[in-house]
Amino acid sequence: MTDTDANSSPANPVQVRRAVIIGGNRIPFARAGGAYAKSSNQDMLTAALDGLIARFGLQDERIGEVAAGAVLKHSRDFNLTREAVLGSALSPETPAYDLQQACATGLETVLGLANKIKLGQIESGIAGGVDSASDAPIAVSEGLRGILLDLSRARTLTQRLSILSRIRPKDLAPDAPSTAEPRTGLSMGEHQALTTAAWKINRQSQDELALASHKNLAAAYDRGFFDDLLTPYRGLTRDSNLRADSSLAKLAKLKPAFGVSLGGEATMTAGNSTPLTDGASTVLLASEEWARAHDLPMLASVVDGEAAAVDFVHGADGLLMAPVFAVPRLLARNALSLADFDFIEIHEAFAGTVLSTLAAWEDVEFGRSRLGLEGAFGSVDRSRLNVNGSSLAAGHPFAATGGRLVASLAKLLHHKGTVDGRPARGLISVCAAGGQGVAAILESR
Amino acid sequence: MAKNMRSAAGTHSTGPSRPDRQSDKYTRFVSAGLGRDLASRLGLPQPAILRRYESGAPLITGPVLVEGSSAGADALATRLLDWDLDVRRHAAPKTRLGAIILVLDELADPSELSGPVRSVGASLRDLAANGRVVTISRSASADLDPAAAAGRKAVDGILRSMAKELRHGATANGIILGAGAHTTAAGVMGALRFFLSGRSAFVDGQFLTVATGSGELPQAWDRPLAGRVAAVTGAARGIGAAIARTLHRDGADVIAVDVPAAGEPLAAVANDVRGTALQLDITADDAGERILAHARQRHGRLDIVVHNAGITRDKLLANMDAARWDSVIAVNISAQLRMNRDFLASELFHDHPRIISVASTSGIAGNRGQTNYAASKAAVIGMVAATARLMEPFGGSINAVAPGFIETGMTQKIPFATREVARRLNSLQQGGRPEDVAEAVAFLAAGSSAGINGTVLRVCGQNMVGQ
Repeated sequence: MTDTDANSSPANPVQVRRAVIIGGNRIPFARAGGAYAKSSNQDMLTAALDGLIARFGLQDERIGEVAAGAVLKHSRDFNLTREAVLGSALSPETPAYDLQQACATGLETVLGLANKIKLGQIESGIAGGVDSASDAPIAVSEGLRGILLDLSRARTLTQRLSILSRIRPKDLAPDAPSTAEPRTGLSMGEHQALTTAAWKINRQSQDELALASHKNLAAAYDRGFFDDLLTPYRGLTRDSNLRADSSLAKLAKLKPAFGVSLGGEATMTAGNSTPLTDGASTVLLASEEWARAHDLPMLASVVDGEAAAVDFVHGADGLLMAPVFAVPRLLARNALSLADFDFIEIHEAFAGTVLSTLAAWEDVEFGRSRLGLEGAFGSVDRSRLNVNGSSLAAGHPFAATGGRLVASLAKLLHHKGTVDGRPARGLISVCAAGGQGVAAILESR
Repeated sequence: MAKNMRSAAGTHSTGPSRPDRQSDKYTRFVSAGLGRDLASRLGLPQPAILRRYESGAPLITGPVLVEGSSAGADALATRLLDWDLDVRRHAAPKTRLGAIILVLDELADPSELSGPVRSVGASLRDLAANGRVVTISRSASADLDPAAAAGRKAVDGILRSMAKELRHGATANGIILGAGAHTTAAGVMGALRFFLSGRSAFVDGQFLTVATGSGELPQAWDRPLAGRVAAVTGAARGIGAAIARTLHRDGADVIAVDVPAAGEPLAAVANDVRGTALQLDITADDAGERILAHARQRHGRLDIVVHNAGITRDKLLANMDAARWDSVIAVNISAQLRMNRDFLASELFHDHPRIISVASTSGIAGNRGQTNYAASKAAVIGMVAATARLMEPFGGSINAVAPGFIETGMTQKIPFATREVARRLNSLQQGGRPEDVAEAVAFLAAGSSAGINGTVLRVCGQNMVGQ
């Protein structure tokens, strides 16, 4: 645990100014190979930025800094965010940087910029993320890459011919990105299948979570919740993965997709796992002074954030279980418990991830031995969990999910206002590849 | 067809018109060279390339002849000197005129028309291409002396006929003074400037009534809306997008409103006009409140509302289903009525507010297959007339513009032959542009237009249908 200064309030460990969330914008998320099949990361991030600029009248504005990133990234996109800024209606004098922390990229850009605002380094910031599973980079094989590099260094025709003669048919197979972990060779789904089985999460509870995600997201669309959070793109006005008419019966018919070779019952299907998705999201952050000077609303404050990582390589924990550790540390630092939150957003990489996380927090032995607590960490009131749906319904363009979560939660909190005389509180938890996870606390304004 | 109707006019082209990519193909073809000769010999319509407003361009080129001997005519002629115009009080034959203003504000009997009207007629031959004729007269109400009413009403027939006789992009429009307005009232000066300028390119054969002397002239005529905040519905495309751009050009801060599904083009328009995009469905109960909330947060005020959003669901009445009828009524009129109640009740909207509703000539003349649409657009005209008195306490005004055939994505879908006939069926023998409607909206939104209240301004090139 981090030591807290006795003079500071628990919710604000370091005496700094506030960073507020003004709002957000994303484009609808599209299943891979669908509406955005021909859109690049830069196209989508620029579109999400331009929608944000239009919503808040930021044309020609020099924003303090724009931070965004993509998980699947072409080498030509070495300056992806800056290029998107240059293509947008923002002032070309707006600096930008790329960040990459797998699926936590979006949330980490929010935390990083919020910290800069809190420290007075910048007055405003736009955080974001984008990913395209459709327009994914494909590289030449390692063998061919070595040959081509040697070729570029050759000086004579004889040398060149000699080098070219080394090419074998197998070298011509392209190297496409995958969700496999480099150190285990297992895909994310297979990793989660191990965790799902370890925590004995059954098929029905996973399907129920998936169904709730679709129903809640559809209801949020129907009541106009996304009217000021989303700008249509390429003819898409809603997330294309959303199935408002989904049912437990339909979900129950799907065949298992992961964990089939584990022996026991395979419970993870395409219905209770997120599909590969394309999309982009952005969040506008600022100091209170900047927001007021620009006559902009303040939806929520970014209170605090925490990252964690687990040793999934040696099997100590599941690949996607890092948030199980990040959240207790974050809450301890802020003297809060799960019951103190009015909304809890746990990114639905897989229904099994969310349910394994909840199970770990409710497990007394896990609380004692792994979290160093006196007992179980606590329970999440399911009526406060992912109330407007989450990634199972919306889809999950890796780096764009954080921005979606933050903007939606900030709006929810703002509408909730105060609870028992205190600002409404929200918790976000995002798991990420490489055994990582990031959590954050927001508070209504 | 139209050639015979306008054979009396003797306006002259002042040389080849500039190439204009936005005009329809036929208009470009008959504007120069072989096409012009051919159309002339065959008696085909020869639509002109219209003079449209450009910031920094002269208000009008050529002398302005002010015809009429009243004190009001003298006062107006003097005031026009402030605009750096070459004002003439007597016709000088063979001098190419930019405009002719016929002032008839003291008309008491139809017999008094002969001199001034024929004098104008003698000068029409000297009117330049894209020239202007503007009459200024008084309203012919039923409580007048019959002879005075007859004289005043006669101007109606004169103006509308004269407009049909003019050629080469020249137009004729009239200003009607209410009891409280004199010839140099702010509303008259604003309307006169609108009619003289390229802003009124597609307005022809129309009257504007300036009922009172209220209104203020702008500090800068090229930014008459500076400091004003305008909400435009249906701003993502077509006429709405043009209105957003024109209001921005004239200095207003623009809130561009459209349904969430149109968010992508809406954002592009908002970024283009350095404004904000507000995605909402105007048929929602809280639409007015949400526009007000946005205006309060971002600007602390709301000055101008343009009800442009509208839909068509065409069907012969015999085949009309409830969904088609109800959706058109809900979007085109019920939403406006509901939002206006919210706006009028808000103190944000009490500083010389303006409401401009986009009606349609279909609402005036009717249109086969459009009972629902025509009902909604006629209803807009009724709403505007009855809302006028509610705007008055705040120094405000509400008016409608009624576009005729405008070249938009919507009219592009009309079959070729029907479209070609429809676009020629007016005195200017061409379709208007979204910008032409937008100019009329911006004019009515200006501070000078306070005395113009509860009226309908047609932007139709003097379409042959309706009034």
